Amino acid sequence: MEAVSVPLEHGLVLAALLFSLGLIGVMVRRNLLFILMSLEIMLNSTALAFIMVGARWAKPDGQVMFMLILTVAAAEVAVGLGLLLQLHHRFRSLDTNAASHLRG
Amino acid sequence: MELILFYLAAAISLGTTLMAITRTNAAHALIYFIISLLASAVIFFLVGAPFAAVLEVIVYAGAIMVLFVFVIMMLNLGEAGQRQEQAWLSLSAWIVPAILAAILLAEMVLVLSSSETPIPAQSVTPKQVGESLFGPYILAVEIASMLLLAGLVGAYHLGRRYLEETREDEGE
Repeated sequence: MEAVSVPLEHGLVLAALLFSLGLIGVMVRRNLLFILMSLEIMLNSTALAFIMVGARWAKPDGQVMFMLILTVAAAEVAVGLGLLLQLHHRFRSLDTNAASHLRG
Repeated sequence: MELILFYLAAAISLGTTLMAITRTNAAHALIYFIISLLASAVIFFLVGAPFAAVLEVIVYAGAIMVLFVFVIMMLNLGEAGQRQEQAWLSLSAWIVPAILAAILLAEMVLVLSSSETPIPAQSVTPKQVGESLFGPYILAVEIASMLLLAGLVGAYHLGRRYLEETREDEGE
């Protein structure tokens, strides 16, 4: 397969744009489901940056890092959605402000 | 010509991500996010990482997003949840963090746009990735497997309590 010679900076700018969209999502939304989704956007943008840099030097290391990020994302989503179910069960709402008081 | 494909995929990825974080309906946001992931997969394929592109579609857009779909269906948020979201998404709530994040982003774009290095048109085969993964990165693979085990146990623990308590509620 023939790859395209994309300017590295444009790939990194795209990753930065996606990361800040995810960051805005985490800061703005109060629904835990959307916060988890924004976390996924941020993780995916870092993966994109790794792939871009790996492709720049035509080395497999970027893709190895991508796979590790994929693993982290899978584990994070599994635990995060478990927490989300607990939140919904206890407060009948997905509002993170409902769980702002620490009680044992 | 191929460069246009990259910019097209990048534009789709950005647009759908923006739509995903601004939707009030969780299922709609999820669909937009899946399109964004597919666009990322196209970019991976274009820059010569076909194995990563395939994994992105199978694991990210497939397995991880299916978890989200399951939870959305399980909770059945519906119309009431959508109204609540609309009430939370007022302009005053999101404009300040959005501006701050945009300033940080502008700085980063400025730094990155000062020089241009093209990515060589050379693709990295799955064989190279596998050799690297089970060669110098073998410890990272072990750590990843332990992380997955921890995630599995944690998710089981959290989910089991939820299911048991739901069953007790129904029994009462």
